[in-house]
Order: sequence, then C-alpha cells, then structure tokens
Amino acid sequence: MEALDQIRDRLLARFSGASVALVTNPGPAAEHSLLLDPAHAREIALFLRDDSALQLDYCSNATGIDWPEKEIVETKKVSVLDPAGGPAKITEEKTKRVEPGCLEAVYHLYSMALRHGPVVIRMRTANRSDKVNLPSLTPVWRSCDFQEREIFDLYGIVFDGHPDLRRLLMWDEFKDHPMRKDYVDPDDFEWEPTPHAGVLDRAKMHYSAPATLAVSAAPQPEVKP
Amino acid sequence: MSDAIDKPVPFPAAGNISDAEREELRRHGILMTSLEELYNWGRSNSIWPLQFGLACCAIEMIAAATARFDIARFGAEIFRPSPRQADLMIVSGTVTKKMAPQVVRLWNQMPEPKYCIAMGACAISGGPFKQGYNVLKGIDRFIPVDIYIPGCPPRPEALLNGLMELQKQIQGERLTGPDAARHTRPDMPSEFSVPSYGEHDLQPTKNAEVWKPATPLTRSGKG
Repeated sequence: MEALDQIRDRLLARFSGASVALVTNPGPAAEHSLLLDPAHAREIALFLRDDSALQLDYCSNATGIDWPEKEIVETKKVSVLDPAGGPAKITEEKTKRVEPGCLEAVYHLYSMALRHGPVVIRMRTANRSDKVNLPSLTPVWRSCDFQEREIFDLYGIVFDGHPDLRRLLMWDEFKDHPMRKDYVDPDDFEWEPTPHAGVLDRAKMHYSAPATLAVSAAPQPEVKP
Repeated sequence: MSDAIDKPVPFPAAGNISDAEREELRRHGILMTSLEELYNWGRSNSIWPLQFGLACCAIEMIAAATARFDIARFGAEIFRPSPRQADLMIVSGTVTKKMAPQVVRLWNQMPEPKYCIAMGACAISGGPFKQGYNVLKGIDRFIPVDIYIPGCPPRPEALLNGLMELQKQIQGERLTGPDAARHTRPDMPSEFSVPSYGEHDLQPTKNAEVWKPATPLTRSGKG
C-alpha cells in the first residue's frame, strides 16, 4: 500500500478545494491518520473505497473522541536589558491561548480485496455544543451503522445521512452524552457498604448521620420489609 | 398450633408433638404431618425458576442446570419461559438501567408465592460497574430480594446453596398467624411500581417502599 502522505497528495490533487491533513501519531505505534474536512468527506470516502490501488472496502471500527476546550500556556524566554546597565535579565513571558474543543469521529479502514490496512481517517465537528454535525459514512461502509449510532449516543455527534440515527445503548429519553469529558453521572450513591475510596466519598455526602457516629449507637432499621 | 409459633422449629409439626416423638411414631408406621408442612414441602421441592439471564452469571445458572450440577435434584430444573408460570426469579447478572423496568415488570407478572434470588455482585450492588452511569446499583432497589448469592460470578454450587437456603426459608414459612408468610398477607404488596426512563436517570431511582438499607456504620472518633 502506498504511504499515507501519498494518499493525501492524491486526494488533494483529485478533490480541489478539499482539505486533507496528515495527523501524525508520535507514539510507538506511529499510526498516522488523515483528517478530512466534513464537506468533502463523503466523496473522499467513496474514492478510498473504490480506488483500484486502495480498495478500502471494509470499515472495521468507528469511534468517537471528545476534545474539550483546552487552555494552553506557552512560556517564552525573553531577555530584558537592564536600564541601569547591568547584565540582561532573562524573564519568562507566558501567553495563554484557548484551543477550542471539538468532537471527532475516527474510522479504521481495511481492504479485504488487497489485504492491506489500516488507513485511519478522522473528521472533526466545528464545536462541541451546537455545530456537531458530520456526514455519515454508513452509505459508504455498511458496518458503520451501529457504531455511528453508538457515537451519536455517547458523544452526541449527529451524522447527517445516517439511515436510522437513534440511541443505541441508552434509552431514547436520555438527554446526556456519557462519554463526554464534562458528563456528570447521576448521584445515586446513597448507601455503599464499601471501603472503596471513590465510592465512599460520594456516598458520605448522602449520610445524614455524622462521621463520628458510634458503631454501637447506630440504629439498625430492618433491611427486609 | 399456638406454641409452635412461639417456639420456632425448623419443621413445624402438627400440634405440640416434638420432632423426636414424631420420629418415634414414624418408626411404628404412623406418619404425622400438618397441612402447612405438606404444603411447604411440596412448594420447596418444585421451585420453577424464570428462564432469563442478564450476563455471565446466567452462564453459571445454565451450568447449574446441566447434568454435572443438576439443579433437578432440587426440583428446580423447569425453567419457565413465561413469568406467569414461574415461582422464582434468579436475577443473574448486571441489571442495566435500561433493563431494570423490564425486570420489575416481569416480577409483577409472576404470581404469588414468588421469590427472588439476586445472583452475583452486579445484581446485589452493581458490582464492578457500580461507578458506571448505566448500571443499577442492586436490584433490591426495586424488588424485594430473598436470597443474595455473592460471587463474580458465583459458581453453580453457590447457586445450589442459595436454592437450598431458599428451600429452608419456604419450609419455615407459616400460613396463618402473626408471622404468616408474605404471600398470604393481603397488606403486603406483590407488585411494585415500574420505574420510567428519565432524562438523566431512572425515575424514580429507587423504590423507597422496598429499599430500606440500614444506616451505614462509620467508625467513631477516627471518622
């Protein structure tokens, strides 16, 4: 299979106006990926599937990523001349910038015909709140159906053109997206007889009795009705 | 009958006769029993479980029905596919919040007398998924549980032990008197409200009539 940057160059040559970026993976896996812009993603996906050199006919996995808004502090060393004539002082200048958050869908593509892969493609939404639409790739790869429904359920990405976009795991009335970083799960830790610290801390907030309650003095209501 | 209620015996005999005297009579070919005893004996040896499984505990439950463990020795091998023919609900596995209303609905459809076994850590308390957003923290929040079988998952022997404990409970039940069994008393409910799907969680998250946990114990002084 040709290298990922060759694929990108071919895509850029074929689809004028499309933006295809190479996202490198610095880890030991070095599994780099292509970031597609949502406007051209459907045509590019069809091309990847039908191109004779690639024939990526199988989407093995589709998943989501939540990128919350991130504040990045950059420190820069600046040397300031001392007005009294002494040696130049080196001070650190900090600049803050806010990287906007987004939601991302990742697809892992393989070719059954040519036995190569994976090629990883990504798409990002404009933001995390109101512009969360991405084109569905289910019309291209049928195996994306349930996985895109799962992404919709857990991350809240709305896939335009999906044949049956409903929640997959949670019930239809559910409003939240549990895999988002800012999800707050329901507080039903009323009674936890466990020494597990994380659980116990949440349970203690429900205890009406103070923590200094004597063991013998604790009233024991009957458990079974 | 009256002093039999005052002094609980494991096998309630008819009248004031003791178990030793009854055994003596049996040696002479005279069998003495009570309707209560006979009734409970029959019931405890034909507990028909409801055939439904929720997770890996269900695999152990299926294993308990195979020839190796042979739940038929206890008369409980007839797994009924309909709640209307079942006596026992074995909640075997993780109860997700999406599944919980269906479990309660099945329980409501079972006729009295009915019993519930919470099998495994998940059915008891949520188990390893306790901190998850989608798993019910114990089925006893919605239906009354008679026997808890800990384990993750419990082995088939543990399920059989739980079944034997349930048999003991059934055999000790009274049909009349102040401590009569739950299913004989009209004031005890046999149906419980089915929770509905809310926007963030089940509504309500627990049935306060059923779920009455003890006050948690905390160490004095040290906190």
